[in-house]
Amino acid sequence: MRWFWIDRFDAFVRAKSGSAVKNVSLSEDHLHDHFPGYAVMPNSLVVEGMAQTGGLIVADAINFQKRVVLAKVAAAQFHRDAVPGDTILFDATVLDLKPAGSLVHVTTRIADRGGDGEGFPQGEAELFFAHIDPGEGVPLLFEPEQFVRWLTQMKMYDIGVDEQGNRLDPPWGTEAAVSGLALSSGLTGAGATAFK
Amino acid sequence: MPSRDEIFEKVKTALVDALGVDEDDVAPSATMVGDLGAESIDFLDIVFRLEKAFGIKIPRGELFPEEVLSSADFVVNGKVNAAGIEALKARMPFVDLAKFEANPMVQNFANTLTVEDMVRYVQMKLAAN
Repeated sequence: MRWFWIDRFDAFVRAKSGSAVKNVSLSEDHLHDHFPGYAVMPNSLVVEGMAQTGGLIVADAINFQKRVVLAKVAAAQFHRDAVPGDTILFDATVLDLKPAGSLVHVTTRIADRGGDGEGFPQGEAELFFAHIDPGEGVPLLFEPEQFVRWLTQMKMYDIGVDEQGNRLDPPWGTEAAVSGLALSSGLTGAGATAFK
Repeated sequence: MPSRDEIFEKVKTALVDALGVDEDDVAPSATMVGDLGAESIDFLDIVFRLEKAFGIKIPRGELFPEEVLSSADFVVNGKVNAAGIEALKARMPFVDLAKFEANPMVQNFANTLTVEDMVRYVQMKLAAN
């Protein structure tokens, strides 16, 4: 099992905001005993989905030059359970972005059955990411090919735009670019285990 | 320039949001680490919030001079020497170091910084702008 807590990006504006989705399925191992007879997605894993959404936006914003590590979760609140069959919608907004760290607000909604409407508020949190230089005690978090594979799978650059609405080029394409990602690609403390 | 009370209210909001403490806990005399439970990563978060709330720039290490406290020139056997105390006073004129000087072990420094020191720091920054 790998540590993926979002399935796909559906919107992405560089350094500003992004939306991702996760479909909750009863085939996921972690739901089988949580709880027997009443499967519910642990909100700690919803937070990890928030961190993966926000962390990828931040990592892109700093051109993958530092390791983006989830340093703290401030003011998390949850309003309802996410259960099998639900689609969780993650909406992330970058509040502040500085060389040493970033602050991202993420809300989650449960999509309406049938797919229309705004959905129902599920949770919200403010996430603080530290941007760590390679060598500051955080080991390499991903192999480059694996990281590129993940970014590809997330479809971020299929729908990503800059603030002016121009389509983004993906940060890979050449072997050199992939090696660059190897140096820097770090993502969220927990996300770091995605490929172990 | 905002009054001391206006600054205190904004500092309080920043600390409540960053540390998840109750407003009532954020008394001027409360220590950042001992009373409010701030950890090192929280200081980065607090720096972000103070910069935003007051429109100031806080260079790395200015609010918490970790490099002084980890320097072999200033710390011997876990104790800050006279030169180190002078360095701290020069770097942190907004902190009352009298209590720390009485027993200047590095581990005691964490309990030196108070909420009122944060207010004084912001006052100093705003006055310099």
